[in-house]
Amino acid sequence: MAEAIVFYTLSALILGLAVAVITTPKTVHSVLFLVLNFLCVAALYVLLQAEFLAVIQVLVYAGGIVVLYLFVVMLVNLKRPLEEHQDPRRLGRIGLGLAGAVLLELAGIVVYSYTREPSVSVAAPAASPVQGNIEELGWLLYTDYLIPFEVASVLLLVAMVGAIVLARRES
Amino acid sequence: MDITPAHYTILSAALFSIGVIGVLVRRNIIIIFMAIELMLNAVNINLVAYAQQLGNLIGQVFVVFVIAVAAAEAAVGLGIILALFRNKETVNIDEMNVMRS
Repeated sequence: MAEAIVFYTLSALILGLAVAVITTPKTVHSVLFLVLNFLCVAALYVLLQAEFLAVIQVLVYAGGIVVLYLFVVMLVNLKRPLEEHQDPRRLGRIGLGLAGAVLLELAGIVVYSYTREPSVSVAAPAASPVQGNIEELGWLLYTDYLIPFEVASVLLLVAMVGAIVLARRES
Repeated sequence: MDITPAHYTILSAALFSIGVIGVLVRRNIIIIFMAIELMLNAVNINLVAYAQQLGNLIGQVFVVFVIAVAAAEAAVGLGIILALFRNKETVNIDEMNVMRS
C-alpha cells in the first residue's frame, strides 16, 4: 500500500514536471523543472531497489548535465523574443498529431503485451559471488560487460574533446 | 494493490510521449534537447523496472551506459548549440536552415 502511494505520487510529479519542462516559456524555468524531474526519477529508482543508479542519476543528471544546460542558457543571451520568426513551411499541428500517434502506439503495445498470458518463464538469476546492489553492478560491469564499459569511457573522452573543439572561440 | 512492471511501463510511455511532443512542437533548440533527456529517462525507468522484475541487474548495467551516452550527447549537442549561436545569434530551429537547399 505504501509502495502504491509513493509510486503514484512520484508518477504524478514526474509527468507534471515533464509537462512543465516543455510548456514553460522561459528556458531557465524549464531547466529548473528538469532538475526536479530528475530528482523524482532518482526517487523512483530507490523505490525499484536500484540505489546505485539513484545516486548516479543525482550526480550525473541533476548535478552535471543540468549544470551544463544552465551554462548554455546563460551564455545564449537572447536579446529578442524567440518566437517572432515563424517558418510558414512549419507544420506544428502535424507534429502534435505524430506525437499522439506515438502515444497510441505505445499504449497499444502495453495493452497487447499485458492482456496475453506470459509465454516465457524467467530463469532464476545466476548466483552472484557478491551481495548488494552496488557490488553486483560493479561485478557485472567488470566481468561480462567489461568491453562495453571501456568503449563507453572512450566515448566520453571523444565527446569531451569534441565539445572543447566545438565550443572554442576561433581566434 | 501491487505495483507491477505494467505500471512502470505506462509511466514510461507517457513520459516518452511528452518528450516526443516537446521535440516536435517546440522551436527552442535547448528545450528540444531537454525533451530528448526526458525520453532517455523514460527508457531508463523501463529498464530498471524490468531489471527488478527479472531479478537480475543487466537492465541496470544498460542504464549506466545510457547515462554515459546521454552525458556525451549533452556535451557535444550543447557545444553545437553554442557554435550555432555564435554564427546565427538564434536558438530558434526555424532560423537554422543553412543546410536547407
